[in-house]
Amino acid sequence: MYRIARKDILSEAVVSFEIEAREIANKARAGQFFVLRIDERGERIPLTIADFDRDRGTITTVFQKVGKTTHHLATLGEGDSISDVVGPLGTPTHIDRFGNVICVGGGVGIAPIFPIARALKHAGNTVISIIGARMRELIFWEEKMRSVSDKLIVTTDDGSYGRKAVVTVPLDELLTNNEDIQRVYAIGPAIMMKFVCITTQKHRVKTIVSLNSIMVDATGMCGACRVEVGGETKFACVDGPEFDGHAVDFDVLMARQRMYLSEEKEALEHYRKKKEVS
Amino acid sequence: MGERQETERPKKRIPMREQPPGERARNFMEVPYGYTAEEAVEEASRCLQCLKPMCRLGCPVLVDIPAFIKLIREGRFIEAAWKIKEDNALPAVCGRVCPQEIQCESLCILGKKGEPVAIGNLERFVADFERDAGEIRVPEKLPTTGRRIAVIGSGPAGLACAADLAKLGHHVTIFEALHKPGGVLIYGIPEFRLPKIIVEREVDYIKKLGVDVMVNTVIGKLYTIDELLTEGRYDACFIATGAGLPLFLGIPGENLNGIYSANEFLTRANLMKSYLFPEYDTPVKRGRSVAVIGGGNVAMDAARVALRLGAEKVHLIYRRSEAEMPARRAEIHHAREEGVEFNTLTNPVRFLDDGKGNVSGVECIRMELGEPDESGRRKPVPVKGSEFTIPIDVAIPALGTRSNPLLVSNVPGLGLTKKGYIVADEETGMTTKKGVFAGGDIVTGSATVILALGAGRKSAQAIDDYLKWKFWDTRKFAPS
Repeated sequence: MYRIARKDILSEAVVSFEIEAREIANKARAGQFFVLRIDERGERIPLTIADFDRDRGTITTVFQKVGKTTHHLATLGEGDSISDVVGPLGTPTHIDRFGNVICVGGGVGIAPIFPIARALKHAGNTVISIIGARMRELIFWEEKMRSVSDKLIVTTDDGSYGRKAVVTVPLDELLTNNEDIQRVYAIGPAIMMKFVCITTQKHRVKTIVSLNSIMVDATGMCGACRVEVGGETKFACVDGPEFDGHAVDFDVLMARQRMYLSEEKEALEHYRKKKEVS
Repeated sequence: MGERQETERPKKRIPMREQPPGERARNFMEVPYGYTAEEAVEEASRCLQCLKPMCRLGCPVLVDIPAFIKLIREGRFIEAAWKIKEDNALPAVCGRVCPQEIQCESLCILGKKGEPVAIGNLERFVADFERDAGEIRVPEKLPTTGRRIAVIGSGPAGLACAADLAKLGHHVTIFEALHKPGGVLIYGIPEFRLPKIIVEREVDYIKKLGVDVMVNTVIGKLYTIDELLTEGRYDACFIATGAGLPLFLGIPGENLNGIYSANEFLTRANLMKSYLFPEYDTPVKRGRSVAVIGGGNVAMDAARVALRLGAEKVHLIYRRSEAEMPARRAEIHHAREEGVEFNTLTNPVRFLDDGKGNVSGVECIRMELGEPDESGRRKPVPVKGSEFTIPIDVAIPALGTRSNPLLVSNVPGLGLTKKGYIVADEETGMTTKKGVFAGGDIVTGSATVILALGAGRKSAQAIDDYLKWKFWDTRKFAPS
């Protein structure tokens, strides 16, 4: 069992947990993820390690209430326990001193971009970060991001906070005005990463994305997470989750993410009905 | 002695009663019911108690078959179970999933004129009897040696190795990546062929021997092998991570929704219990028309699970003829009885899309058998112009697996074959890295439960020797 040491409600739909998992915290690196299963009947879902504290022996994750599991997860509070936590999984981000880099985080993708920005900053890069969401209340970790960025741009789709734009607008401006950007890192909804890649391709700037496909074991055994990269099938769990964004087929990714839409709906309804009864 | 006269023995083996095909194809309950005590005694009485029992030579772990059968005949069922456990820590599993027809039973003298003794059925009977009687005996262990051994993977090889090492007085920790121990016995083999409660009890037995089982622990990620050997203070490691990574056909459309590797399909169904969705959270597509591609035991398992999930049609597609299928005859027979349709000499060419990212059909081509290939089997060659389409909504390639690099590629000094399997001495499991042993599918590629179990046992003995002498001979591994 893994205890929830701290819970923060970041918005109506977004929650962060700090989970006691000392061994994972000791090994975790930027770009990695873990798998959790709430209880005996639970499914295994991958979540990003958004932060880790080796002194406290905890890992931090941020999730959005979407399906049954994340809704159920959000009902847990400090002191509650999660049955299974497995990690750290996936290949860590390749961190080096590249020079000038841009980190883009969209929606809950703000959380996983944080440790990458921090590691890049520590490695001596100049880090410009862009974080964006649909509206003000979905923006979180602004100060955390600012603390690891040389410059931070905040955008909202509806203009309720920061600049009224999608993240690709300031990104395109930065790349147009500054020819000396070596790399872009983007994490967010598949559609956002797709458009980030279209933007950076125009400017020929290498772009790393982190793919959030459906997983079961997350150790390479099942192939549920397969994605197409450069015309080849790859397993996001072991070959990734980070890939060269310009080689990723985002349409296949998005189609595969929709595989269980009807089942997810059914599971959520079933869960709500059961909760009402009890 | 009168009892040795053949006339007194029933010639025919006692069949094991099983669920009727029409009924069982819609539930996940175990197919055979198992022997009653009377049936077991009667079947056991067929055994000739040969002075030179050939059956024993057919067993990869050399179970003393005539001895345990004699005990059954005398009604000493629990002692019979203990007799088996001297050589095999997992009798309830092996009684169910061992291919006895090509091992012990194939060498039974009765098989020359009629049917061999049903050794597998008898093994299953006594193992179940012992559990039901609640008389699980923990064998005497040797005094504690103070030695620590890390076993990576809790499938048949890992469990067998851990059991033997524990009996020898060593402290053993098993590290398992998934949330439940058992490996392929838990995630792969379906409930109706190997009830999970059986696996849980076998694992409990191993724990009773004093073995620690750590689940949710991915070696290679959480700890490296070198860390286990240094910081973890383990004196030796046994790598038994299984084969793992699923193979795909590599044909167009294979990443459409509704296409599962057999590993994924079976893991969802078995480990995650998605047949109980939404009571259990993990979903699985319940296809109405399902194509399973392959001819091995895993293909049969996947086809039969698809039926039980409610498929109206399950098409088994195999590029060679039925004679070449690697699956056990009994599994082929069960699958056909339950209504799986066999499309042999047929090869998928591409998957078709419904326009929304889901699979809607599989285009196939007929094959004919040509000259023998390197495996000695006649090579299937496509028949020009014979393409046809099967409408499907779920497809399951069951083409075997390849080495999972997650652990093995991160161990400095560990020699690997071209295919990524671990180079290890067949007799001892010794690898090119001192203190590290390996066995099961990660060495041999996909094989059987009992072979993995045998490898685990051999390595346990070799590890015990190594801990005494610290002798490491890698001359066997001359560069190939």
